Amino acid sequence: MPIVRSTTLALLLFVALLVAPAAAHNFEVGSIRVGHPWARATPPVAPVAGGYLKLVNAGLEPDRLLSISSPIAERVEIHESTVVDGVARMRPVAGGVEIGAGATVELKPGGTHIMFIKPNRPLKEGDVVPATLTFERAGTVDVAFAVQGMGAPAGVEHNAHGTGAE
Amino acid sequence: MSRLRVVRVVAWAAVAVVLVAGLLIGVGGWLVGQGSEGSRQAVDLAAIGGPFRLVSHTGEVVDNDRLAGKPYLAFFGFTHCPDICLTTLFELTDLMKELGPAADRFNVVFITVDPERDTQDLLARYMTSFDERILALRGTRPETDSAIKAFAAFARKVPTEGGGYTMDHTAGVYIMDAEGRFAGMLDTHESRDVRLQKLRRIAGLGA
Repeated sequence: MPIVRSTTLALLLFVALLVAPAAAHNFEVGSIRVGHPWARATPPVAPVAGGYLKLVNAGLEPDRLLSISSPIAERVEIHESTVVDGVARMRPVAGGVEIGAGATVELKPGGTHIMFIKPNRPLKEGDVVPATLTFERAGTVDVAFAVQGMGAPAGVEHNAHGTGAE
Repeated sequence: MSRLRVVRVVAWAAVAVVLVAGLLIGVGGWLVGQGSEGSRQAVDLAAIGGPFRLVSHTGEVVDNDRLAGKPYLAFFGFTHCPDICLTTLFELTDLMKELGPAADRFNVVFITVDPERDTQDLLARYMTSFDERILALRGTRPETDSAIKAFAAFARKVPTEGGGYTMDHTAGVYIMDAEGRFAGMLDTHESRDVRLQKLRRIAGLGA
């Protein structure tokens, strides 16, 4: 019966549209939600790799991402990139990243980002990089960074991708 | 039957809502992208275009004379920079792929501002991830400083905690014409279309 087929198709399409963006994975600890941690695939011998994620604080108190560790890197730091008057600068972020009560903070290319220093292997698209995030209030949570392809900077032109950013 | 019809109508309406919402988010993002153009460069334009001599990751000597006769793009960076420098390399790779053989009409050079850590061997392996037409160039510290000066660019070593260091450096991509004269900048904040148009123009394809 055409009506039944059409109904089924519509329902399936609806479910598919809702599920597609959910492929972006999330992790939770306390009132902090960690949205779609991802790292960019690196060239061979790259001495560093960049990681990105979204932090949502659903709580009533501010919290702070204090540190990150990963078994695949010698150490992991939080850095901020800026381009001021045409000059690119990168500095470690002192004291971690504050996430105000009810606030969302995004670590993304060209801004505050995570640096995996001396990764023990090149990151390839489709890899998963385990890491542990430590928050001042919410405590620690194990997350997995999904490694995305070289040409996948989640910049303004690519914001339809996964994170639903901006 | 009529209940089924209601379900059908509601389901299709839900599909429409999701599609329209997706479209609005997409268009919104595109508009935001359009608004973020424009840049300031701390570069003395008149001072660009001096001599330099460096060695490519494939071992050839590349200097301003060797590059003359074809337009070229030049930018500064270092491999301990996972964010801005890597983004520039990926974006140029993407644009050159889009241009295809037309990208043969210009050269592209990535000049390391960190020759102490970016050895020729490291660069040779690093560059395998990008368009093979992009040349990574390095020199001794004095040769590197001359190249930075030739583009009136800026680079500075900044110590970090724990004894390491990072580099501040000019971020944009210089566009040089076939006579080795400065012809503009590509800016990472420009939309992909704007950058593609600029590259088509220097490849002599018109906009």
